[in-house]
Amino acid sequence: MNKVYMISVFAENKPGRLERVTKVLAEANINILAFSITSTNGFGVIKFMVNKWKEAYDLLREKGFTVSLNEAIGIEMKDQPGGLYEVVKILSSKGINIESASVYVAETRKRAYLIVEVEDTSKAKELLKDENLKFLNPEEIQ
Amino acid sequence: MTGAKRGDILQNSMTYGLFTGAFVMHYGAEKIGILVIPAGPGNTERQINLMRDFGTTMLHITPSYALYVASVIYDKGIDPRRDLKLKRAYLGAEPYSEETRKKIEDMLGIDIYNCYGLTEMNGPGVGFECKYKEGLHIWEDNFLMEVINPETGEPIPDGEIGELVLTTLNREAMPLIRYRTRDLTKIISEPCKCGRTHRRISRILGRSDDMFIVKGVNIFPQQIEQVLMSIKGVAQNYQIVLESYDEMTVKVEIDRELFDGKIERLIRMKDEIVDKIRSATMVKPKVELLEPGTLPISEGKAKRVIDNRTI
Amino acid sequence: MFWNKEIECINEEQLKEIQLQRLKDTVKRAYEKVPYYKRKFDEVGITPDDIKRLDDLRKIPFTSKADLREVYPFGMFASPLREIVEIHMSSGTTGKPVVAGYTMNDIEIWGEVMARCLTMAGATKDDIVQVAYGYGLFTGGFGVHYGARKIGCMIVPASAGNTRRQIEIMRDFGTTILTCTPSYALYMAEVAQEMGIEPTNLKLKAGCFGAEMWTEAMRSEIEKRFGLNAYNIYGLTEIIGPGVAHECVEKNGLHIFEDHFIAEIIDPETGDHLPDGKRGELVLTTITREGMPMLRFRTRDITSLIREKCSCGRTFVRIERIRGRTDDMIKVRGVMLFPYQIEKAILEVQGVEPHYQIVITRPQHLDEIEVMVEMSKETFSDEVKHIEALKKKLERRIEEIVGIRVKVTLVEPKSLPRSEGKAKRIIDKRSLSE
Repeated sequence: MNKVYMISVFAENKPGRLERVTKVLAEANINILAFSITSTNGFGVIKFMVNKWKEAYDLLREKGFTVSLNEAIGIEMKDQPGGLYEVVKILSSKGINIESASVYVAETRKRAYLIVEVEDTSKAKELLKDENLKFLNPEEIQ
Repeated sequence: MTGAKRGDILQNSMTYGLFTGAFVMHYGAEKIGILVIPAGPGNTERQINLMRDFGTTMLHITPSYALYVASVIYDKGIDPRRDLKLKRAYLGAEPYSEETRKKIEDMLGIDIYNCYGLTEMNGPGVGFECKYKEGLHIWEDNFLMEVINPETGEPIPDGEIGELVLTTLNREAMPLIRYRTRDLTKIISEPCKCGRTHRRISRILGRSDDMFIVKGVNIFPQQIEQVLMSIKGVAQNYQIVLESYDEMTVKVEIDRELFDGKIERLIRMKDEIVDKIRSATMVKPKVELLEPGTLPISEGKAKRVIDNRTI
Repeated sequence: MFWNKEIECINEEQLKEIQLQRLKDTVKRAYEKVPYYKRKFDEVGITPDDIKRLDDLRKIPFTSKADLREVYPFGMFASPLREIVEIHMSSGTTGKPVVAGYTMNDIEIWGEVMARCLTMAGATKDDIVQVAYGYGLFTGGFGVHYGARKIGCMIVPASAGNTRRQIEIMRDFGTTILTCTPSYALYMAEVAQEMGIEPTNLKLKAGCFGAEMWTEAMRSEIEKRFGLNAYNIYGLTEIIGPGVAHECVEKNGLHIFEDHFIAEIIDPETGDHLPDGKRGELVLTTITREGMPMLRFRTRDITSLIREKCSCGRTFVRIERIRGRTDDMIKVRGVMLFPYQIEKAILEVQGVEPHYQIVITRPQHLDEIEVMVEMSKETFSDEVKHIEALKKKLERRIEEIVGIRVKVTLVEPKSLPRSEGKAKRIIDKRSLSE
C-alpha cells in the first residue's frame, strides 16, 4: 500500500486566511482533491489532499505557512445508502479513532473515498488489511 | 477620615487571599465596628443584591470593577440614589484618572476616595485621601517617604514627579528600609485644608518598571515569559495586550516545527498556557495562538506589553 | 494536645451547669430580641421561664433553613446592626440566601472553637497553616483564619483555587497544616505529581478537611498521598461556620464543643428525639452566640451521637462522620446546589429546552458537574459557532447563579430520557460508599 498524505495548515480565524492558502496552490496549478476545516475559538486547521503533495507542502512552507504533512488512509465507499456507515463501522469495531475526515470524489465521479487521519497510521493499516475494503491508490491522484 | 463610623456597612469587593487588599480593609473596618460584608470580587448580580438587601453604605473595590458594577446597576433599572444606600467608596489597587472618579461618583451618587498601599508595606493603608480629595496623606508616623529619580537614585524636590521610596518606622515582622515602590508620584508638601499635617502624595501616575496591573494584581512580563518558555509548541515571540483593567490578552506565535496538524493538541496547548499563566499571576488570561511571523519583531528590546488603556 | 484543657475535659456535672445557664440566657435573648422566636414561642404557648432543665430544650420548636430565608436578610439578628461586625452567607443559593451575622464577641468565640479544632490536629504557634478554603461570604476561609490567628500560627490565606500556586506555596513556605475540602486535597496531590513534586516530600503533617461529605477511604487516600494526618471538621454557616465539631487524634467521631453548641438527634420524619447511637438528623442549638442565636436548628445532616468516653480525655460528646443529607440538595465542591437553580438558568436562556440532566462525577477526586441540555430545533440546525456561544452563555449564567463552574453539553432535541412522574434530574456518579 503506497501512502496518501494530508496537508494541514494552521490558520487564525481571520478573514482572508483560506484565500491566502488556496491562492498559493492555485498559482502553482496544484489541484485540491479533498478539503476540510476544523476551527475553534480563535484559530483553526485547514486540511487538504492535493494531487502534488510534496510540491504543495514545500511551497506552503516556503511561503511561510505553518504546515504539517501527515499520512492518511483513503478508503473507498460504496455509492449507495449506508456507504459511509459501513466504513465507519469497521473503523470503530477495530477501535480506530478518526482524528480528521474528509471526502474525495474521484474525477470519474464513479467512486468516493473517505480520507481519514488516525493516531497510528501503520497500526490502523495493519488492522484493516484483512477487511473487505478498497483503499485509495496514491497513483490515482498524482 | 472619610466619615466612616460604627453603623456603616462596608461591602468589601476586593479579593481575599494572598492579595493584601481585602484583609487590611476588613481588619480596619471591624476595628471601628463597621459591619463588613466579605463579598470578594465577581458575581456582579450578587454584589448588587447584597448592596440592595443589606443597605451597603461603603464599597471597597477596584476602579475598573466599580465602573462595571455601576453599569450593571443601570442595566437592571436600579436607581442608585433611590434604591441603594451607598455613600462612599474606597478605590485602589490600580491607577485611574480623575475623570474615572468623577464618572463613578456621578453614576452612583457617592464620594470616592483613593487609597494607596502595597503588600510589602502592610497592603492598603499607607496613604489615604481626606474629604478634600486632593492627594493622599501618607501616615508619616508609620512611614518615612522620599521621592527619587528612578534612573539615578537622587532625591527629587517636593512637587516634582519621581519614584516613591518608603521606610517602615514601626513594623516588627518585616521592617523595610528605603523600599523602592516603583510607583511614580510627587510629594505635595503644602498643608491640607483638612488640618492633617501628614504630607500628601499625588495619585499614582505610573510605574518606573514594566510591571502592569490587571484585576488589581501586579504582573511582570517576565512571569508570562517564563510560562511561555516552559511550554512545548510555542515560539519565542509573544505580546501582552491590555485593553481594560480586568482582562489581559496574551498573543503567542506557535512553533512551526512542532506543528503536527492536530487541532486537539493546539487546544490542549492553549489551555495549558491559560492555566499556567493563571497559576503564575493569579489572573486568567485570554490567549490567542498566532501564525509564526505575525507579531512585530522589534529591534533591541522587544515591546512586550501593549497597554491601550488610558488613565 | 488541648487548646483549652479545662473546658475540653470538663466533668459532666459542671458542663451541664454551664450549658443550662447559657441556654437560659440564649433563650431569653432570642425571645426578647428576635420577633421570629417570640412568635414561635407564642404559637406553642411557652416562654423562656419554661426552660428549667436542659431537657426542656425539647419544648422549643425547630428552626429550619426555610425559616431563615423567610426573615432574610437580618430578621434572625439579636443585636442591632451597629453591633454586628461581619456577615457571612450560605453559599450558592439564589433568591434568598441564609445570612449569618457576627458580633465582635461571636468572632472571638469562632476563633476560640477553631483554635481548639486546629490544636486537635496538632497546630501550635510554630505551624504554618495554609487556608485553601474560600474566603469571602463563605465561612470556610475566615473561620480557619480566626482560629489560626488565635493560636499564633503563621497563616497563608491562599483561598481556594489556583492549584499550582497552592502547591508551590506549600513547597516554598514549608506549609505544615493544610485546610480545604477533602476532594480538593486529593486533587492537589495529583496536580503536585504532575508538577513533579512528590506530595510526601512536602512538610505537611496534618490537614483539617470538611465542608463536604467524605469517606474513610478518602481519608486513607489523602493520608497516604501526602503522608499527613487527615482530620474531619464540621460546621455550618447557620451555627457559626466551621468549628462546631472536630476529630481528635483518635479519629473516631467529631467532638462537639458543647460549651457553645448543644446537639440532639431527631427522626427527620417525625421530629422525635432519638437516643444516643441512633442515626438521625442532627439538630443544633447555640448557647453563646450574640448576633444570631440559633435554637434547635435542623441541619439536615444525618449522623449519630457517640456518648462513650473518648480516650483522648475530652468529655465532649462526639458525632460520627456525616452520613448523608435529608433532602435532595446536592453538595458539590462544598457548595450547595439545587436542581431548580440550574433550571432557572436554562429557562432564562433562549435556544434550549427545559429538558436537562445534571451529572455529577468525581473523575480526579474533584467534583465535576456536567449539565446536559437539549437544544431547541432551531438551535440544532444553526451554525456551530452559535451553538458554542449558547453553551458558553449557559455556563456563565449557571456559574453566576450557583457560584461554581459547570460544563454544559448541548444535546440533540429529544435525546434525554423522559421519565414518568418526577424527572430524574440528578445523576450522582460519585461514590461515597465506604
